[in-house]
Amino acid sequence: MAESNGRSNVLKGGFKVKAGHAEMLKGGVIMDVVNAEHARIAEDAGACAVMALERVPADIRRDGGVARMSDPVLIRAIMAAVTIPVMAKCRIGHTVEAQVLQALGVDYIDESEVLTPADDENHIDKHAFTVPFVCGCRDLGEALRRIAEGAAMIRTKGEAGTGNIVEAKRHLSAVAAQMRHLVGLNRAEIVHEAKLIGAPLDLLRQVQELGRLPVVTFVAGGIATPADAAWMMQLGADGVFVGSGIFKSEDPARTAKAIVTATTYHDDPEKLADISAGLGEPMRGLEMAAIPREELLAGRGW
Amino acid sequence: MSLSPDPMPAPPLIGVLAMQGAFREHLRALASCGAEVRAIRDPADLAGLDGLVIPGGESTTMQILLERVGLMDALRDAVRRGLPTLGTCAGMILLARDVTDGREDHRGLEALDIVVQRNGYGRQVDSFEAELDVEGLDSRFPGVFIRAPVVLEAGSAEVLAEHEGRPVALRQGRIMALSFHPELSGDLRLHGEFLKLVRGMGKS
Repeated sequence: MAESNGRSNVLKGGFKVKAGHAEMLKGGVIMDVVNAEHARIAEDAGACAVMALERVPADIRRDGGVARMSDPVLIRAIMAAVTIPVMAKCRIGHTVEAQVLQALGVDYIDESEVLTPADDENHIDKHAFTVPFVCGCRDLGEALRRIAEGAAMIRTKGEAGTGNIVEAKRHLSAVAAQMRHLVGLNRAEIVHEAKLIGAPLDLLRQVQELGRLPVVTFVAGGIATPADAAWMMQLGADGVFVGSGIFKSEDPARTAKAIVTATTYHDDPEKLADISAGLGEPMRGLEMAAIPREELLAGRGW
Repeated sequence: MSLSPDPMPAPPLIGVLAMQGAFREHLRALASCGAEVRAIRDPADLAGLDGLVIPGGESTTMQILLERVGLMDALRDAVRRGLPTLGTCAGMILLARDVTDGREDHRGLEALDIVVQRNGYGRQVDSFEAELDVEGLDSRFPGVFIRAPVVLEAGSAEVLAEHEGRPVALRQGRIMALSFHPELSGDLRLHGEFLKLVRGMGKS
């Protein structure tokens, strides 16, 4: 929530600084970490932020059960270990997990489908917080519903914990195609489009005018190699989240470093060839058809 | 040979460091002010520049990438040889003589005689907006401060603006540093001031 301190012209927690923080993360890699040691590896590799969670998505997928916000002890340890921003995940709709994360002083909250949803109807009212939120989407309507609730950053969902880029590409392309479709719509047609995709009309008009989402848009869910990251950047992502792709690879420190460098030099195939060389085995990964439908994470959130 | 008696001066060529962060916004703002712009990712990109902008972003990330690709030394040389430079937020941290609360194993450009404390205003929940009186501007400038550095010592740098008693905009010779983000404010006046400095028209 935006608050003025009364004695001067200072405003904290306004949308400008929430969305502005995401602007500072652009061109960077945000890495999932489960402890302080991982966080230091991520920082040394050049991550622009880390995401604190209890288990990386590949382990959540393997273990099953309810996945929740991390223990504050772990989050505090990660915050103490690194100087870069620390994000943390809460369950979809779980307002109190988000309040706890804000009280801990994390820099961004990810209201994430990777954890088990706590509310099957509503997401968190993110305008009510000083800390900014990032939320996942599979298409434009979902992105704009999250922004209407107060999300200051969007990430396309992909399919977390698979090491398979196909869903990340699908969701990024879906958002881009829906934005291109808006270009030719007149004032009446855009009302119909808003109804079809379940998007707030004012935000849809804003997207039509800007030609892009009104907030920074990262890609997530399945990035496992430097080439994966560079491809998503070439397709227009502002940056990438890498979850299991780092700490499920044979050599996490080298893989992390290579993905960071590839994100900066995403347009330079010769550099990418050097960056990609000799990294050891990437995470093994999963074929989509091998995952039972009810175990897909991207379908969580509405 | 041109026959025109009064040719328009060529627009200055400004490089924006593009390792990570909000470099696109600076490129856009500078182009709107009439500059030619170039994204800088390799030492060779520094050739022929009239000015340089080091944007906001994650200072640790930028530092690591600059060292990794061999651009840190080239940048240090260019800035120390007098290339007019504007640093915003992370850019200010990179320009500072000394940094507290950062990682001890990293060295910046050490081109500006100031000492800064990384994230000195606090974490993201303490990020804020405030109107600023800036030397040389005739009305207040909208300051956007995001995990901003605090200037602990201004050294021999001239203070152009303060917020609650602390310097937030400084200048020393041909280097300008801001702890806030003019590229996010939609106000182009400070980019304009930097271009004046580049053209040698700034207040000396």
